[in-house]
Amino acid sequence: MPSATPTGPKPPSLLEVEDLSVSFGSLNILNGVSFRLNPGETLGIVGESGSGKSMTALALMRLLPRGGQLNAKRLELQGEDMLSATETRLESLRGAEIGMIFQEPMTALNPVLTVGAQIAETARRHQNVSRAEARNRAIEALRRVGIPSPEQRFYDYPHHMSGGMRQRVMIAMALICRPKLLIGDEPTTALDVTIQAQILDLMLDLQDEYHMGIILISHDLGVVSAFTDRVMIMYLGQVLEEASATDIFTNPRHPYTEALLASIPELEGEPQRLNAIRGSVPPIHSQPAGCRFAPRCDHARPVCETARPVLTPVGPGHRAACIRNTGYRFQEPAR
Amino acid sequence: MKPPLLSVRNLRKEFSTGSRSTLKKRGRILAVDDISFDIGAGETLGLVGESGCGKTTTGRLILRLIEPTSGSVTFDGTDILALPPPEMRALRRQMQIVFQDPFGALNPRMTVGELIVEPLVVHGVGDAVSHERKLRDLLNRVGLSVWQAGRFPHEMSGGQRQRVCIARALALNPAFLVLDEAVSALDVSVQAQTLNLLADLRRDLGLTYLFISHDLGVVHHISDRVAVMYLGQIVEIAARRTIFGAAAHPYTQALLNSVPSVKKGRKSFFTIAGDVPSPANPPPGCRFHTRCPIAVAQCRTDPPQLRPLADGHLVSCHLATTP
Repeated sequence: MPSATPTGPKPPSLLEVEDLSVSFGSLNILNGVSFRLNPGETLGIVGESGSGKSMTALALMRLLPRGGQLNAKRLELQGEDMLSATETRLESLRGAEIGMIFQEPMTALNPVLTVGAQIAETARRHQNVSRAEARNRAIEALRRVGIPSPEQRFYDYPHHMSGGMRQRVMIAMALICRPKLLIGDEPTTALDVTIQAQILDLMLDLQDEYHMGIILISHDLGVVSAFTDRVMIMYLGQVLEEASATDIFTNPRHPYTEALLASIPELEGEPQRLNAIRGSVPPIHSQPAGCRFAPRCDHARPVCETARPVLTPVGPGHRAACIRNTGYRFQEPAR
Repeated sequence: MKPPLLSVRNLRKEFSTGSRSTLKKRGRILAVDDISFDIGAGETLGLVGESGCGKTTTGRLILRLIEPTSGSVTFDGTDILALPPPEMRALRRQMQIVFQDPFGALNPRMTVGELIVEPLVVHGVGDAVSHERKLRDLLNRVGLSVWQAGRFPHEMSGGQRQRVCIARALALNPAFLVLDEAVSALDVSVQAQTLNLLADLRRDLGLTYLFISHDLGVVHHISDRVAVMYLGQIVEIAARRTIFGAAAHPYTQALLNSVPSVKKGRKSFFTIAGDVPSPANPPPGCRFHTRCPIAVAQCRTDPPQLRPLADGHLVSCHLATTP
């Protein structure tokens, strides 16, 4: 339904996130994360350990660990406000509208239930179908994710299966209710490279079929470049750069993104000495006062130690949080 | 190639499964099945393969951390499998290992300084004064500060802990290091630092590495030659440039095509079907035939032998030809 609002027509987005922050006591784990995701679009979230990428996923599902305080200006799934949603409503959204795949399928699956029972449970829980119908849907889902002879594998326990098969079961479970949004937190990190390629291939096929929005969280820049449309680079709980995948990988505008790309050993050519980033990610409780990346940055100047840069546009659909892009002049965040 | 520092011939390791005390049927797994290779002095051999292919077992067999079922390992002219324990112990000064998980490899109750000089104490080398000197030298070499010697492992980051593991492995001035997924648990920025450190140490100390990894980018970066393993066997071995530029075995080609890379860009991966079969029940004929895109009838019955395709390029495939 096209409607001309005062702010101009906008395609309906699947997910709107504005100024999302998470804190535990006085520790800020996540700071001012904003993005939107369209149906059928894939967003990659990249970062090293402690960057807050997994916490972002949990915050989107309102599944923060105990003690986590969530703050946001806006968190909307298909126009529905997730911030004011009741716990009952959230429970019906998770699984039905939002599917999630985790890194380690062995710990995410219940070891004492058959995989079929676990998939059917999701259908029973969200779709109000009979036991027999849930079983049929589970077998169909297993078939769709490429598990051979699904009628028999329905009765397998997780430990009967290989890592790749278990991850296919996780995908079947996440997709049985045809969610609009799929969140994958390092879904292929524990898998061998040939199996990883199979799983990524499967996810792309299913995305085409169901027109899902996907958020892919990964530390692997190769996976993200092959799989996503847009990319957010995170560091210490903050988004440092956001752009289309092509721009991020061919025209990075944040020194951290540049340095990450230079750190990856290539598969071809004569190996060069790697341009490693010096130092390591500081612990979350001793964050630098200015730009978080300044202590490790080759382009840092004294101003970077005190002024904390915000995301500013550096091109169409391309934002970076670095004052090198503004001639090292610090700009007050627009209010 | 330089004269080999390490020669492995027809190495096999069989594990039995199931326990003695139950009536459960016991099976056998050939984790390493008749592999042979050489590593020249100062050379780095990369050993790649997917989980369960036997690459870690190979590393441990070479150091006799587990005993091979059969075969021979010759290090610097000595057949190490024939050595009685005291002499093997002495030889271990020459051969050290760095593991994947720097959390599990370090005793949490010992300080970094104690951990690094522990090998010297165990082997009865030097006195307290020389240990102190050696400790400073090692800390400096792996890029740690002297004040960090008093720290405990839990006070350090993953990358720093791996530096401690490397310093420990270097304490006895070894000639040969097995690096078993030594950079796999590290973040990409720290991984790059560690790879640079390993390259510096190799140059400065003339070290020889067996670099075991599942990460093809990392293996390409550090190796002079590369061996590819599948289900306990070496399927292809050649110079780095040959493996990454002119791989002849369909499995090596599939591995390389499966890696998504920033250079290759969007939807760049191509994949082979199926899972790695169980090593307890490997397929007859060529072990890769169940997943091979070009397998013919012969591959299902007739196991291929590793054969030379070109100088220094060995491949175990009936159909492989020089590209």
